[in-house]
Amino acid sequence: MGAPLIGARIARKEDYRFLTGAGQYTDDVTLPGQTYGAFVRSPHAHAKIKSINSTKAKAAKGVLAVYTGEDVAAAKLGGLPCGWLITDVDGQPMKEPPHPILAQGKVRYVGDHVALVVAETQSQARDAAELVEVDYETLPAVVNASKARAKGAPVLHDIAPDNTCYVWALGDKAAVDAAFAKAAHVTKLEFVNNRLIPNAIEPRAANGSYSRADESYTLYVANQNPHVERLLMTAFVMGLPEHKVRVVAGDVGGGFGSKIYLYAEDVAVTWAAKQINRPVKWTADRSESYVSDAHGRDHHTVAEMALDKDGKFLAMRVKTTANLGAYLSTFASCVPTILYATLLAGQYTTPLIHCEVTSVFTNTAPVDAYRGAGRPEATYVVERLVETAAREMKIDPAEIRRRNFIRSFPYQTPVALLYDTGNYDATLDAAIKMADVAGYAARKAESTRRGKLRGIGYAAYIEACGIAPSAVAGSLGARAGLFEAGEIRVHPTGSVTVFTGSHSHGQGHETTFAQVVADRLGMAIENVDIVHGDTSKILFGMGTYGSRSIAVGGTAIMKALDKIIAKGKKIAAHLMEAAETDVEYDRGVYTVKGTDKKKMFGEVAFAAYVPHNYPHDKLEPGLNENAFYDPSNFTFPAGTYVCEVEIDPDTGTTKVERFTAVDDFGKIINPMIVDGQVHGGLAQGIGQALTEGCQYDDASGQLVTGSFMDYCIPRADDLPSFQVDTRETPCTHNPLGVKGCGEAGAIGSPAALMNAITDAIGAKDLAMPATPQNVWRALQNRKAA
Amino acid sequence: MAVRVSMKINGKAASAEVEERTLLVTFLRETLRLTGTHVGCDTAQCGACTIHLNGRAVKSCSMLAMQAEGGDILTIEGVATADGTLHPMQAAFKEHHGLQCGFCTPGMVMNAIDFAKANPHPSEQQIREALEGNLCRCTGYHNIVKAIAAGARAMATS
Repeated sequence: MGAPLIGARIARKEDYRFLTGAGQYTDDVTLPGQTYGAFVRSPHAHAKIKSINSTKAKAAKGVLAVYTGEDVAAAKLGGLPCGWLITDVDGQPMKEPPHPILAQGKVRYVGDHVALVVAETQSQARDAAELVEVDYETLPAVVNASKARAKGAPVLHDIAPDNTCYVWALGDKAAVDAAFAKAAHVTKLEFVNNRLIPNAIEPRAANGSYSRADESYTLYVANQNPHVERLLMTAFVMGLPEHKVRVVAGDVGGGFGSKIYLYAEDVAVTWAAKQINRPVKWTADRSESYVSDAHGRDHHTVAEMALDKDGKFLAMRVKTTANLGAYLSTFASCVPTILYATLLAGQYTTPLIHCEVTSVFTNTAPVDAYRGAGRPEATYVVERLVETAAREMKIDPAEIRRRNFIRSFPYQTPVALLYDTGNYDATLDAAIKMADVAGYAARKAESTRRGKLRGIGYAAYIEACGIAPSAVAGSLGARAGLFEAGEIRVHPTGSVTVFTGSHSHGQGHETTFAQVVADRLGMAIENVDIVHGDTSKILFGMGTYGSRSIAVGGTAIMKALDKIIAKGKKIAAHLMEAAETDVEYDRGVYTVKGTDKKKMFGEVAFAAYVPHNYPHDKLEPGLNENAFYDPSNFTFPAGTYVCEVEIDPDTGTTKVERFTAVDDFGKIINPMIVDGQVHGGLAQGIGQALTEGCQYDDASGQLVTGSFMDYCIPRADDLPSFQVDTRETPCTHNPLGVKGCGEAGAIGSPAALMNAITDAIGAKDLAMPATPQNVWRALQNRKAA
Repeated sequence: MAVRVSMKINGKAASAEVEERTLLVTFLRETLRLTGTHVGCDTAQCGACTIHLNGRAVKSCSMLAMQAEGGDILTIEGVATADGTLHPMQAAFKEHHGLQCGFCTPGMVMNAIDFAKANPHPSEQQIREALEGNLCRCTGYHNIVKAIAAGARAMATS
């Protein structure tokens, strides 16, 4: 029995293969007889397809097939489903327009999938795609959500004549309005939560194949949840039995939400593989990713907070218009509702909250969950309001937060969530200390001497992770269960293979989960391997999103471990000729109470597989258990971020001088990996606030920011080194006490940064991204005023 | 039209017929099945395809295979020693958690090795500037910067 592995900073087991080029990402998989697919995409934001002529493309060198909307309609392929039903305020279900695999008569955004060309090589497929002649009749387009419901706006779908998917609300509006009427102070902000393009560095890819021998399909795909992909594809689109479809998501080069969804390309290559009886591989180039990956955010919000004279929050009123893009992506509908409005209490005792969300269709790429998914938008609303209220009422921003913190748990918020635990003072106090807020005045004076503007901003975020329990999610409209599955296979000589339904695409599960298992079984981490990402190996899985892997997937593994240890106890009792009730277990060792008798876990495992001396009358041989875990609540990570910026007033350039993040993720398994998750989240949040902003041209509906040159994901010299730390308030309802850490950085950082920038330039608000141009213009406007 | 290209790759001679327009990265990935070199963009921004050509880090998506004719190429597959021991820069990336999903990693490592040869004791700012042509979406660069500083030190003393 070695040193404890839980809480240890252990280098990752997966690193060697990635560092030596041995990773196997989807595009690295080339199958015997491989062919290549290329998609013909709409160059228009909105157009009728009058005709498609594939003659030239079909005759081109190497071309094997060209498929269009007519072909998929004839094959009766269904459209892409949406996994979450939102009910409108008038009690009607949301509008769910068809989302065909290949366009049916109309295209609705630049990049919409019109035809698939399959050829012997990738360049032949791409060349031939350019020979497909599509005769379009262009239609007027609308890309801006706030214009989608205007009278006379172009209509995308017949079933939604006002481009509205749903109007949804949460909270007691009359009570909120009454509280505002009596408030001593009201702070109001109107802002856009800018549209983002996820940009995992591995572009999406899919490689479908079909075997006539057993009528089965295999799809290699860059995806975060292979079982969900399979379920949606078989049950809703292709009408296939699940046991005939294997989905493999091996190494995946980042996801951030964008690889949760079932995409049309995944279905198209799988279906086409059967038609030509050869595997079909499609890999997006970056330009294609920009136009066709699901985007994130894109809210237009009016938010108000009512306060009493002492700065106590009395009520919040929030009205949001969310852009869903042209079609409903897999989880699009729940992001601006269930994952957004429910977080508006933040860390505070605000007793009354009302939120109304109108989600609209526009001629843009579908919008869905992107790192944080609703929670960054909620945090931005709450924390921009809180900081602005503090400034308006001349209360210290830390003090106004302290006056409103929730300190008694469990706490029922007015927006449906029940926080099990938290300690918001701990993270705020630690962040203030770590950020050296005490030294800020001196640093500001020094900046001022150099002619620079310095500002400081806070954000105290909360998030709901785990995305479960199933019953709650189901009552809110989820069309899937939201549990997780795990299996522990103990081998005869005592090493262990763990199969998890969670999926790692950078999160380091092969290490973190191995730490949990090895610690519990008292063995070296080298003796535990984690397998994920293959429906033919894993019993089931809901996959990785919403920072759920350790809290839900890790707990499923813990439950399977409980069963292993319990069976082992029966075997050990038999071997030691003791009553089972007298046998105790601790990290790999079974002992008999009050004696010096002991059996090592490895001996017990061996006995299970070589059952010469074995309780055959009571037990089956073997040591292999699985478990499904459906949590009883979300987990609630929280923390405080403090950002300090310096702005050059001559150029408008913002430099993030200091960024401090103190998070409470509950119990931490591997602090090195957790820090890394926070760093990455911070970079994406800082990117949202400073450099990233997806732009469609209003008139033409063209994506203006369609490459790394036009859409700036942060480079190394755009970012500072971060100061990160954690506090530990264990989650009360899972055995590891864990909460999840994947999204926090992206949730808390935009508000902290924009609070710092508005502080520096003395503005009430500034649109994200705070590019030099935006900042400079704001400074000029202030001068002019 | 097909052309024959020949070059040394990871110490071994390699030769094949390819279409004239074949990019060096396509030649490596598709013809030679050296899939450790990745493609993350189509505008030469992301650097996932970075390899060494005649000892210098270059983006293999931005040149034709023909342009590397007769060249000496090192890809990520050839960086560790023959017995599998990691190069000091690879080891530093592991030690400092300088990678998450691993997709940008080969390019990062190839660029870092070239950079560290010329800058054995780089400052944080020098490292950040040197990463201008390598994009990572997972790490926020924090640990990559640390890894390169440590890797450069290790290379200087090894």
